[in-house]
Amino acid sequence: MNLGPHADFIIAAYAVTGVVVAILIAWVTLDYSTQHRVLDNLEKRGVTRRSRPADKP
Amino acid sequence: MAVIDLANPTRFLNLVNRVLPWLVAATILVFAFGLVRVVHAPDDYQQGATVKIMFLHVPAAWLGMMGWGLMAVAALGTLVWRHPLADVAGKTAAPIGAAFTFICLVTGSLWGRPTWGTYWVWDARLTSVLVLFLLYLGVLALYWTAEDPGRGSRAAAILALVGAVNIPIIKFSVDWWNTLHQPASILRMGGSAIDPSILIPLLIMTGAFTLLFFTLHLAAMRNEILRRRVRSMRLMQAASA
Repeated sequence: MNLGPHADFIIAAYAVTGVVVAILIAWVTLDYSTQHRVLDNLEKRGVTRRSRPADKP
Repeated sequence: MAVIDLANPTRFLNLVNRVLPWLVAATILVFAFGLVRVVHAPDDYQQGATVKIMFLHVPAAWLGMMGWGLMAVAALGTLVWRHPLADVAGKTAAPIGAAFTFICLVTGSLWGRPTWGTYWVWDARLTSVLVLFLLYLGVLALYWTAEDPGRGSRAAAILALVGAVNIPIIKFSVDWWNTLHQPASILRMGGSAIDPSILIPLLIMTGAFTLLFFTLHLAAMRNEILRRRVRSMRLMQAASA
């Protein structure tokens, strides 16, 4: 494929797009594993999102 | 399952876990098909091979505007119905929309230098897209710096609604003002001005990028729901200590 005299501009445009998309994919992937790990740790320690029901008199 | 049931975060998470692998596969397939068509697309008779930048620039511009439109709809859900999932949708669309607006600005600049002879001019289309990018940064700053997440969300939602005024300005800027940027060539009266040999790869790439946007957005929404669960569990832990 011949990109002509302005090949540098075309390659730079695709490179910048590739880097930004890679950063977005890395962000959602790493964030998911982090949140999942933290949530698992809290659940293993018995922490819940609900308050305990009040003791009956 | 009724659509309203998806407003329940747990049901929404179950749906995302089922849909996401299919969306990832569809995104990869459409991108592969689109890139093959891009490689084989002919050069433009005036611009030569630089027209290949259009296959990135136009989808990125579309997604920058669509992302803000999505945030504006989510802002209504946050402000009117105070639904947490609407806030999650708005908050997670902001960084993705900002990233695509950034791609639009950079690829436009790299396309402008060989075709116009300059990286940048302060014409109405370029300036209004730069304003969109700055608005995205403003929304992100409100989400990330507010001490009270609820107050930050409401402020960001108001900015999303006010900033939506900029979307028609971007779209019609090339008609309302005399700009260096070309007028609309895809969605216009009388049909597209682009030859099918270039238009079809452009539409496939636009579809691929749109699939990528929704894949990233759903994944980011899932992360944000998990983050909020972590926060509420830590609050419960602190309260019971």
